Amino acid sequence: MKLNGAQILIHCLKREGVKHVFGYPGGAVLHIYDALEAQDEITHVLVRHEQGAAHGADGYARANGMPGVVLVTSGPGITNAVTGIATAHMDSIPMVVISGQVPSPLIGMDAFQEVDATGITRSCVKHNFLIRDISEVASTVKKAFYIATTGRPGPVVIDIPKDITIAEMEMEEYPETVEMRSYKPTTKASNRQIRKAAELIANSQRPIFYSGGGCVIGNASKELRELTRKLGFPITQTLMGLGAYPGTDKLSLGMLGMHGTYEANMAMYESDCVVAIGSRFDDRITGNLEKFCPTAKFIHIDIDPSQISKNVVADIPIVGQTKQVLQALIDELEDKKLTDISKWWSQINEWRKVDSLAYTKKSGVIKPQTVIEMLYEVTKGKAIVTSDVGQHQMWAAQYYLFDEPRQWINSGGLGTMGFGLPAAMGAKIAMPDRDVACVTGEGSIQMMLQELSTMLQYSTPVKIINLNNGYLGMVRQWQEFFYEKRYAMSYMDALPDFVKLAESYGHIGIKVEKESDLKPALVEAFKQKDRTVFLDILTDPSENVFPMIPAGGAHCDMLLAGRDQMVSKDETDFNAV
Amino acid sequence: MRHIISVILENEAGALSRVSGLFTQRGFNIESLTVAQTNDVNLSRMTIVSSGNDRVLEQIVKQLNKLIEVVKVSDLTSQDHVERELMLVKISSVLKDNVDLKELVEIFGCKVVDVTEKIYTIEVSGKTKKINAFLDAFDPANIIEVSRTGVTGISRGKKLI
Repeated sequence: MKLNGAQILIHCLKREGVKHVFGYPGGAVLHIYDALEAQDEITHVLVRHEQGAAHGADGYARANGMPGVVLVTSGPGITNAVTGIATAHMDSIPMVVISGQVPSPLIGMDAFQEVDATGITRSCVKHNFLIRDISEVASTVKKAFYIATTGRPGPVVIDIPKDITIAEMEMEEYPETVEMRSYKPTTKASNRQIRKAAELIANSQRPIFYSGGGCVIGNASKELRELTRKLGFPITQTLMGLGAYPGTDKLSLGMLGMHGTYEANMAMYESDCVVAIGSRFDDRITGNLEKFCPTAKFIHIDIDPSQISKNVVADIPIVGQTKQVLQALIDELEDKKLTDISKWWSQINEWRKVDSLAYTKKSGVIKPQTVIEMLYEVTKGKAIVTSDVGQHQMWAAQYYLFDEPRQWINSGGLGTMGFGLPAAMGAKIAMPDRDVACVTGEGSIQMMLQELSTMLQYSTPVKIINLNNGYLGMVRQWQEFFYEKRYAMSYMDALPDFVKLAESYGHIGIKVEKESDLKPALVEAFKQKDRTVFLDILTDPSENVFPMIPAGGAHCDMLLAGRDQMVSKDETDFNAV
Repeated sequence: MRHIISVILENEAGALSRVSGLFTQRGFNIESLTVAQTNDVNLSRMTIVSSGNDRVLEQIVKQLNKLIEVVKVSDLTSQDHVERELMLVKISSVLKDNVDLKELVEIFGCKVVDVTEKIYTIEVSGKTKKINAFLDAFDPANIIEVSRTGVTGISRGKKLI
């Protein structure tokens, strides 16, 4: 049977098991939309802005582990999606983006809605393709999904000119497998490295596990738990790793890094053996590299060889899937005699007594930390929580103790404001039976507000927790500390009435001004199972995120809430971001 | 330190821009880059001359390997290898100082490929140092135009990339 390029494309997506596509139509993709309309296996989610499509597909992928699929038109369609693609790229999220392109003969002629999509996206994708002939459609889709989901996952863009979507050919069998001589991701780690790592682990006096997003994306949570508990080692997790190991467990020291806990950062600083598992020594984790873990040997487990020894030289590098490597370590350490680390634990427990996440309540204002603690209580710690970027993101990470992987969804690498709402929508579509909350701020939420409309159309009930302090809080915090309180452009004036705004989109809006109203409002919001509820919560505008390692500082240079004065004019602060 | 990196990659549209884009994106330095098809029409071979310390070089090799179209990467500098560069240069026939052009051509083992009334076009090949030395032998005023290919290289003997 003869099919056109668009029909072949849709057929291929079905064969890849795609159930949802997030997209927005336009001239160059009209044939594809026509083919999409003629079937009902794949549901199309019509967003209100292409960035929302990419974030929606991203949230979907993070929640259920399936690749997110995006469909956008040429020109502004793909450029609008770029922020979302870059967000997914930085956090290694599997995604396939199909972008329409002007007809082949018009490419390079500055045609209407023409943009060099593969050129523009090149540096923020794992790979991209420009299809040049209808015969390439099926094999390209196969390769795209294979590349997006294997090795270190990431977004792949397929740019498809309009003439190819209407050309016809006999449909061949969709390829079952794909073989690429130039792309063979490492999966199995070297046994020799595993043995060396096991030796170092067994002999260390002050070990610590430092696990990251690679344990979530690599579905290695089970193995991570087994190994950590078997060894009784302290574990700290990055912003991207939270939940792979339960946050409520006694071995968990919480998050590390710039806004990590005192015990996690001090343990890193004093450790003699840091085992990095699916984490990449990001600058938000390490602070000043010269003062990072001065006495530690490093075991670095990562599927991407280019991450090894990029920022911190690994003593024992292990390239492989986190799941497979951790299992191999469990087996290797089975009968090994371990060093007694009880002294190390007493030291850690001393650090824990500092209680670095303690904060002082003030009468008359709602503390943002209280909101997160109450959200945790009302959802019994079981909700999927997405966030935007800024102070609220850090508070959500610090005070909501995630016990399961894929429960915490945020833009860690790129730090994209506007991510939270569409990601929550995507997560709800992926996991319709779960409660989904979007923790956001009045700054971030206004970057993707239009998706409230999509959420009504597709009935994706999400609870929006808007920590409204009237400031771009993280910017204000840095200005307070490092710019002598010159608050340039961090004050959010002329805010909309969020309650009316939510209502105008057909949702429920509730304003919370008193702490006594907070819990009833949260309870009410989560009672509304099939409605999106926008909680506009007025929080303390002067609250800062603590602990904090000032830029250029070491893990032992943490500043604690109410205990340290944050005044710094060190030059390194101004150069840091 | 200067490194010569050989890259075998799929002969596909966009592959070159992926490599050059990687170098700008990550702040790696490129002294020269040369690329052409190999004996397998589906593969291209690229030779990149770059410089940096060992950590930078390790990253260059790893990041190149990470590109989907790249099949193989090898640092030729660390192996026994042959390297060559080709230059076409136009030299004024009316030489300002007392340089004997014919003698220089002989010493450097190069060829005069074109002669006009005022200009000699000369083909020079060899290591980069030799080409630089040839140019240095002239007063800059005598050198009218230069076109160099950049370095290409291959390992010696049985060892393949």
